[in-house]
Amino acid sequence: MAGTMSEKRDLRLIHPAPTREQRQIVPNEVLGMILFIGAEVMLFAGLISAYAVVRAGMPADAWPPPGQPRLPIAFTGFNTLLLLASGGAMWFGGRKFAEGADKAVPPVLASLGLGAAFVALQGYEWANLLGEGLSMQSSPYGSFFYLIVGTHAVHAVAALLVLSVATLRLRAGELTEHAFTALRAFWYFVVLIWPFLYWQVYL
Amino acid sequence: MSEPASTHHAHGHGAHDDHHHEENFFLKYFWSTDHKVIGMQYLLTGMFMALFGGFFPYVFRMQLAFPGISVPFYGVVSPTEYNALVTNHGTVMIFWVAMPVLIAAFGNYLIPLMIGADDMVFPRLNRLSYQVFAVSVVVIIASFLVPQGGFGGAWTAYPPLSANPDYNLTPWGSTLWLVAVALEFIAFLIGGINFITTAMNSRAPGMRWSDVPMVVWMICIASILFMASVGPLMAGAVMLAFDQNLGTHFFDPKAGGDPILWQHLFWFFGHPEVYVVLLPATGIVAEVITTFSRKKLFGYKTILYTAIGTGVLSFFVWAHHQFIAGIDPRMANVFTVTTVLISIPIAEMMFLFIATLYGGSIRFKTPMLWALSFIALFMIGGVTGIPLGASGSDIYLHDSYYVIAHFHYTFFPIAIIGSFTALTYWFPKMFGRMMNETLGQVHFWITAIAVNGIFIPLFVLGAAGQHRRIYNYNHFAQLSTPDLQALRILATVSLVILLLAQFLFLFNFFYSMFFGEKASKNPWKGCTLEWTTESPPGHGNWPADQLPTVYRGPYEYGVEGRDEDYWPQNVPN
Repeated sequence: MAGTMSEKRDLRLIHPAPTREQRQIVPNEVLGMILFIGAEVMLFAGLISAYAVVRAGMPADAWPPPGQPRLPIAFTGFNTLLLLASGGAMWFGGRKFAEGADKAVPPVLASLGLGAAFVALQGYEWANLLGEGLSMQSSPYGSFFYLIVGTHAVHAVAALLVLSVATLRLRAGELTEHAFTALRAFWYFVVLIWPFLYWQVYL
Repeated sequence: MSEPASTHHAHGHGAHDDHHHEENFFLKYFWSTDHKVIGMQYLLTGMFMALFGGFFPYVFRMQLAFPGISVPFYGVVSPTEYNALVTNHGTVMIFWVAMPVLIAAFGNYLIPLMIGADDMVFPRLNRLSYQVFAVSVVVIIASFLVPQGGFGGAWTAYPPLSANPDYNLTPWGSTLWLVAVALEFIAFLIGGINFITTAMNSRAPGMRWSDVPMVVWMICIASILFMASVGPLMAGAVMLAFDQNLGTHFFDPKAGGDPILWQHLFWFFGHPEVYVVLLPATGIVAEVITTFSRKKLFGYKTILYTAIGTGVLSFFVWAHHQFIAGIDPRMANVFTVTTVLISIPIAEMMFLFIATLYGGSIRFKTPMLWALSFIALFMIGGVTGIPLGASGSDIYLHDSYYVIAHFHYTFFPIAIIGSFTALTYWFPKMFGRMMNETLGQVHFWITAIAVNGIFIPLFVLGAAGQHRRIYNYNHFAQLSTPDLQALRILATVSLVILLLAQFLFLFNFFYSMFFGEKASKNPWKGCTLEWTTESPPGHGNWPADQLPTVYRGPYEYGVEGRDEDYWPQNVPN
């Protein structure tokens, strides 16, 4: 019995022969971005759960509050499609990257254009709603609308700026494959979280 | 920007070593991407903030012991100042001492060394992390210099007190406080991403997940907990800042907001945060206990699974802070159960440490004394938490000095004892010299006795019904209890002794840094990889062609049939 115990112990001490190969199952840049996106998802989860708690605490006829403007569901629905198209173009750019970095530039530019159009149309919508009397101070309804949609807008604008710089580097052939994957992953996050926000806030 | 370091780990530092690029003092110590320098920056900043945040309790405890006295080195304490001092003592000690020292300083310093890497995978992000943190330090200190002084709405910042300057009387301080905390979170988010990616992707060849030293695991688990919990608090912080400055009413019940909502967002972060700082401290204690018992860590995988289980469970206990906030009693039942449950894995971890000691050849060096006192004091903290986790008894004890004594018996071992354990253990590696053992032990005993002198009286005061956050008990007929004044004075005197003893440590620290006995590569005869390189390690940690290969687990002490009682991870046979 004692013999088998010590044999077991010795076996546990001996490793498979170590290799020098890198153990990166997920490349550094992509793994870092995944972790960052995880934290961002929790940020939006916090916002949405706060919104849900306040909304659930309201009487059914007080949400949206009487006398406050209604959100333009159809207009934003169209805008949502624009953003999803932007995500599709970015995905296409990722596919094209395998054929050469310069081949990826046109779809990425299309994606950025669609993304910029989304931000611009949302800004137009904000201007209209402010004109109709929906503001951050007017009611918790307005506060949460501008807070949640505004937080998404900040992410979209920041991502567009970073991706614009990245596109310049992409055209110059300086952007590495993994960095490109990581940046695309962030744009997918911005695109894919939006339909959920639209469902929660607008519908 | 013309920084020399490579973004890509694969470049290595070999080329740099050949040239031995000379940098000026500023580039070397303030603009470096070397994980060891960044770790030191965090360490020294954290130590400075410990003096800053450690001075506050001296002031407010003097006020409590001797109401209205002109406190030496401060002056007469006004009620607003008292509020700002208690608020920022908590904030500074947790966010600017415990986290930077335990996670950022030792995470940065140890992770690449212990996994056999030449640096973090994102060195420039690492530098950015410290720079953002440094700005947050400036902002929190600046919050004391604005009109009406630092934030006085308690470190939990409950609205409407924190949202309305008419109540907290610190319109500038409250916003600056939020900005500082938010910046600090961004710094740790960046740092955490770096830690996890590095530990996943840069381990030495041959290092399996069960060969990773426990402290590296703990810092990574803590970083995951932090990243998963910080989002909702960031959301809450933005909402609170809007309430303070833009006239929104997220937390204002008068205008349809919900003040309890903040408590949920805060404690959803706040309770995992306890484990964010606890787990690195237990990891440090695990390293020290196994080295100074000359025995393998008992139950490596059990400790690991326990830590992961604790981390998961820590997301389901937060509402035990809100038992008297008007939450649904059925919800209170659920959170009582989860809260009492979480004491099981933590107790298990402590018993595994004791099992590691059992039968070992224990050496009572300063780091070991600190590690043992961690277990003793933390057990007191854990056991006294059970009456607070049970909703029935919490109704009586809530917001009393019992709560203060309880969480200081957890946070003092974590933040202060955990840091001293790590500092005294890795000091030879960090600075290439040994600390003075006699001074270290004298400092240990004074500190360990004085801390009990502070908080045992507070347990008694709390059980007698003394409220916390009261500026002067004599202002309230029901709270004025002259017979308890002796206990308040005892706590204050103990605190003064504790604080004075820290000068012993500071002297030992800075004296030993320059004049201590030279340290060898492996003064404690440890098995983990950081002991296989020079003390202190050069740029790149190991010469580029000698990065270590790992052949076994991190705690092979006392293996039969070997000449020495330890078997380093990198020695083939």
